[in-house]
Amino acid sequence: MALNDKYSILLPTYNEIENLPIIIWLLVKHMDASEYPYEIIIIDDGSPDGTLEAAEQLQQIYGKDKIVLRPREKKLGLGTAYIHGIKYATGNFIIIMDADLSHHPKFIKEFVQTQKSRNYDIVTGTRYIGSGGVHGWDFKRKLVSRSANLLTQILLRPGVSDLTGSFRLYKKDVLEKLIKSCISKGYVFQMEMIIRAREFGYTIGEVPISFVDRVYGQSKLTGSEIFQFAGGLLYLFATT
Amino acid sequence: MTKLTEWLFAAGILIALWFSLLTNKITNNLVTNHYNLLLYSPIIFLGLFGLFALILVLYRVYTFNDCDEAAEELQKEIIQARTDLNRLGFKFKM
Ligand SMILES: Nc1nc2c(ncn2[C@@H]2O[C@H](COP(=O)(O)OP(=O)(O)OP(=O)(O)O)[C@@H](O)[C@H]2O)c(=O)[nH]1
Ligand SMILES: [Mg+2]
Repeated sequence: MALNDKYSILLPTYNEIENLPIIIWLLVKHMDASEYPYEIIIIDDGSPDGTLEAAEQLQQIYGKDKIVLRPREKKLGLGTAYIHGIKYATGNFIIIMDADLSHHPKFIKEFVQTQKSRNYDIVTGTRYIGSGGVHGWDFKRKLVSRSANLLTQILLRPGVSDLTGSFRLYKKDVLEKLIKSCISKGYVFQMEMIIRAREFGYTIGEVPISFVDRVYGQSKLTGSEIFQFAGGLLYLFATT
Repeated sequence: MTKLTEWLFAAGILIALWFSLLTNKITNNLVTNHYNLLLYSPIIFLGLFGLFALILVLYRVYTFNDCDEAAEELQKEIIQARTDLNRLGFKFKM
């Protein structure tokens, strides 16, 4: 089994033309060095900036076995992008990460090692403990983030320090089952996945990560995200 | 049991205990001597809890790692990646 482990990296993109070549270059660099078999599945949702053309160029350079393109016609959201991507994944492990350079591929090796150490079902990156952290956040954003996190810890006692992060490694069947049982959208989706995972009794490991705020492109943290988060928290509080 | 029912359950027990002490259903010398303290104890407790949470959050905000090195390293890697990709024939849009 262990000898045949393969890692499918799901990379959803929407208007990431500057970031995509860099993240792919970094991924190839670190994954080749790690010697684990892998594939990168790019799910582009009809980005108007030409992300898909950039992806096609990268596929030419690195080969069709490493770079798999599974685009969709239009922007259908992050949650369904993962569902779409998994369908084509040939690995027994799935890694999900953002394409905006906030999640550095250098941590994947630690994810894999942590997973192997205790045969975890899920390994999640965490910004909140150990050497984990964030770059480019001002006082207000840190305050909001830390408060939201403490409130979540008190109300849900999840046993995991970072619930809203989206840099994770899953066993493929675990991810498939979780996605089917999660109904939240957007931001709250990541949180629900971890909470449901706990409900099902899956084991979860953590790896501290440094999160560097996106260098290129638009950041979308808005007031409505805070309301979304509060709503999601209450929903999970009342149903799990 | 959902987290909500757990909380309601625990709160129910505490409130019942508080109320029965207050109305002398359970008599106790300590209580009769410190009646006001008992009366306001839920508010005091909530206040202290809030204060503790506030201090904890502020402490965590100030000790939040800034990861400046990671950001610098990334900047260097972006330059490396661009050079290498150019060499491999990648056409950047701009
Ligand atoms: N395929 C697809 N990808 C998406 C969609 N929305 C966002 N993404 C991608 O999902 C990842 C995370 O989205 P972000 O916009 O970075 O969301 P965030 O990290 O919460 O917010 P910021 O980084 O602050 O903008 C990025 O790689 C996006 O390109 C979508 O509707 N479809
Ligand atoms: Mg991002």
